[in-house]
Amino acid sequence: MDLQIALLLGQDGIVNGAIYALLALALVLVFAVTRVIFIPQGEFVAFGALTLASFQAGKVPGTLWLLVGMGVAIAAIEIGIALRNGTLRRLTSALGWNLAYPAVAAAVVLLGQPGSWSLALQVVLALALVVPLGPMVYRLAYQPLQSASVLVLLIVSVAVHLTLVGLGLLFFGAEGSRTPAFSDASFDWGGVMVTGQTLWVVGASAALIVVLYLFFERSLWGKALRATAINRTGARLMGISTTQAGKLSFVLAAAIGALSGILIAPITTVYYDTGFIIGLKGFVGAIVGGMASYPIAAAGAILVGLLESFSSFWASAFKEVIVFTLIIPVLIWRSLTTRHVEEEE
Amino acid sequence: MEQPMILEVADLRVGYGKVEALHHVSLKVRAGEIVTVIGPNGAGKTTLLSAIMGLLPRRSGSVTFLGSAPGEIEVERMVAMGMTLVPEKRELFGEMSVEDNLLLGAFMRRRLGHRDDAATMAEVYGIFPRLKERREQLAGTLSGGERQMLAVGRALMAKPKLLMLDEPSLGLAPLIVREIFHVLGRLRKTGVAILLVEQNARAALQVADYGYVLETGEIALAGSSAELRDNPRVVESYLGFGGKH
Ligand SMILES: Nc1ncnc2c1ncn2[C@@H]1O[C@H](COP(=O)(O)OP(=O)(O)OP(=O)(O)O)[C@@H](O)[C@H]1O
Ligand SMILES: [Mg+2]
Repeated sequence: MDLQIALLLGQDGIVNGAIYALLALALVLVFAVTRVIFIPQGEFVAFGALTLASFQAGKVPGTLWLLVGMGVAIAAIEIGIALRNGTLRRLTSALGWNLAYPAVAAAVVLLGQPGSWSLALQVVLALALVVPLGPMVYRLAYQPLQSASVLVLLIVSVAVHLTLVGLGLLFFGAEGSRTPAFSDASFDWGGVMVTGQTLWVVGASAALIVVLYLFFERSLWGKALRATAINRTGARLMGISTTQAGKLSFVLAAAIGALSGILIAPITTVYYDTGFIIGLKGFVGAIVGGMASYPIAAAGAILVGLLESFSSFWASAFKEVIVFTLIIPVLIWRSLTTRHVEEEE
Repeated sequence: MEQPMILEVADLRVGYGKVEALHHVSLKVRAGEIVTVIGPNGAGKTTLLSAIMGLLPRRSGSVTFLGSAPGEIEVERMVAMGMTLVPEKRELFGEMSVEDNLLLGAFMRRRLGHRDDAATMAEVYGIFPRLKERREQLAGTLSGGERQMLAVGRALMAKPKLLMLDEPSLGLAPLIVREIFHVLGRLRKTGVAILLVEQNARAALQVADYGYVLETGEIALAGSSAELRDNPRVVESYLGFGGKH
């Protein structure tokens, strides 16, 4: 292997690693706040990419119907609860988000002809369809089980994952899609070609990480999420609702997932089930960080990306095996170096 | 003139599984009043405060706070209405700085549109200068006494109408206990109602206006602090040999 190839592989590894890092951060966030191991994280990657691809093909993405369907289901549940308890005060916001918002989205998609829009607007619309699915999944699948054990929540995650993958196949078919690059530019840096899309992925990931950092360090809601992760009872006593915190963490996770999908769609062909493997690689990064440390999780995810790209050169048939086998030494190392932490409540 | 009623608990029953920890407990707290609940270990004092706050479900009975008696007590709603609890375990955010802990104390006020947390924080730092010195330190690394101060300070950040404290003197040096009780006395003058659970009956009955003795989940005695201080049963069980001091 010469330097040229090494640089090329390194570039590849960092691009993928940046995406894994984003997903790892989302997984750590969701786990810390809600104790949910969010296996369906990857489906948001696929949904983001494929929704955008649908717009470009001039089709109506199935995620629109998922948004409408889940909205109706949640609205029905909320109305039922409100009638039973006689508490109608919160219903307006629930109906707004779950009925009015999907209705507006449907009107825009069906009547607005997004196929003819600019790429940037299509991206915004794809995010507008996919991101609300995050809190909706939380409302339907996880919120009723808020005090369940990590294991029960994990089983729910598996079920949600399988459901969403199945829906993905139904919505988008078995063929993969690719979207055009955000920019056609490419640069020659010391003999290595760097494409504009590479810079987009790395730049957008870095920017998103900075934004997340500022959110958690500076904003009241960011601190509230951290507080919930550290001490749920303490947070409730401050008036931070566990449900609200959970919903917000799912909004962020869905946004990170969908954005990741949109970023990689020009680089790799995305299939309805591509997200799972990508999500799992983020998961390996998150595990390196012990599901608790954001910086270590991000670094671990970039390591996963590099390992993957170099092993695809030396032993491409074993590339996934090598990446996922990494979990074992990491877990051994972690269990030797970290104190055993009792699971809270 | 009678002060307005802040909290009225009537016939409250609370249990864990099959065991009932509180049977028909009733009590009242008016504005500007310090009411203490004393009692032996396991009497149900913590259970009482948790149920009032909504951390535990009720079996029956009612909790009326500021004139409204919600069917289902939700912690977030009680906080929004002005109820604050300093819990027995403190429940601080250990991996966050002292200042962030205080800031989160004002979370609900901020959400409700109040923007006075900087001024309140200055007040809290005035009361507990030690917290100001340690503002950057992680709450989990504070000393036991500093942690108590932070728990009380964080509760004050919410500017509560009813402040409930579960054994604020636990493990504190006498000087700091006096300081905290002094703060409670000052708060009362501003019209805050205080419900104080204490093991340290002597200190509690000194600062309180009214007291209840909770034994095995029932109110065994109630009366003004002066009455309770002179009650032979209280003297024997809770004030110990030095009760005459
Ligand atoms: N989570 C729980 N599950 C079962 N029983 C409980 C639980 N919490 C408290 N109890 C029981 O309820 C009773 C009242 O407990 P509580 O903590 O309210 O007492 P306390 O008056 O606060 O005591 P202390 O002065 O020791 O703090 C005790 O018998 C206790 O063992
Ligand atoms: Mg107690």
